[in-house]
Amino acid sequence: MFKNGKPVVVTLFLLFILAGPLAAQEAGQLSPAKASLYKIAMIVGGAVIALAAAAGAYCQAKAISAGCEGISRNPGSAPHIRFLLLLGLVLIETLVIYSLLISIFILVINWGKYV
Amino acid sequence: MEGLEHSLALVEVFNRIFGPPLAAVLALLGVRVKDPAHLVPDHIVMCLVVMVLLILVLGLASRRLSLVPGRRQTVLEILYESLENLLTDIIGESGKKYLPMIGTVGLFILCSNLLGLVPGFMSPTSKINVTLGCAVTVFVYYHWQGIKAQGLWKYLGHFAGPIPLLAPLMFPIEVISHFSRPLSLSVRLFGNIFAEELLIVVIASILPFLLPLPFMAVAIFTGAIQAFVFVLLSCIYISGAVAHEEEHAE
Repeated sequence: MFKNGKPVVVTLFLLFILAGPLAAQEAGQLSPAKASLYKIAMIVGGAVIALAAAAGAYCQAKAISAGCEGISRNPGSAPHIRFLLLLGLVLIETLVIYSLLISIFILVINWGKYV
Repeated sequence: MEGLEHSLALVEVFNRIFGPPLAAVLALLGVRVKDPAHLVPDHIVMCLVVMVLLILVLGLASRRLSLVPGRRQTVLEILYESLENLLTDIIGESGKKYLPMIGTVGLFILCSNLLGLVPGFMSPTSKINVTLGCAVTVFVYYHWQGIKAQGLWKYLGHFAGPIPLLAPLMFPIEVISHFSRPLSLSVRLFGNIFAEELLIVVIASILPFLLPLPFMAVAIFTGAIQAFVFVLLSCIYISGAVAHEEEHAE
């Protein structure tokens, strides 16, 4: 076997990766009524998750800033505050996840079957 | 979403070996199976993989325990002690008896979340079936422990709230909030793991082996945090159901 196998293997690996986007699929044709429903579905789906992410990020920012301020006032309580902060962040994030699921359903459902 | 899934090799092998015998057993019970070669869905096979993994790793590791622990035993002791500390922090000294259930659910969810990142496997917790199963188990368990600790009528009396006059108002509110707990537990876990997996699949369709790596690193982190939060909330629910006996004992 040849000694410098490594550059060959790395080159083949990178070529293999670059061939990935070649496997893209083509789009089909839709009737005008179904196409408009898909357009509305895309806009609504995007708007739902954008709103949820903005509201969720703002509320999590308030929680984190209150937690940091609490730790800075009383460094000995840091484990308790860290615990409560993590719990609160996950509960806020749950609501964002609920709306992410709804947005995924809206974007992925085959609306063509329901028009 | 139908185009995004393909059958995993392990699931195909499992179905080819165990599919026809299981179909025969089900036919004895009167259930006709349409397609014995695709009998077992892949999340059940992955649950079995997690089960076998946990039984082997944790079961074998608890043999040959010594007073001065080696490396493997130290890791297990850290795990055990952190769960015990969590339980005693939240529930109190009587919390240690809930360790088997809480530890099992926590380790199952942690391993399931991390299993999806290994090529050739998928997370069973990315299906709502499995997460709803875990959440309903915890729901039934904490109600059962509450009834066992306080007696049936006294436990139901806590649903009426602090003032007996407001009971007709408090009862439906308490019942709804109790039923929202398994819903939120299951949907939180399912949403996190499913969305992360969907993101990794979509990113991998852009640039296969390099681009998903940062997302998989984040998925390790969020998988561990979601398992921890599930365990934490289960402990809080158990303490809410059981803890009243201590304030009466004072």
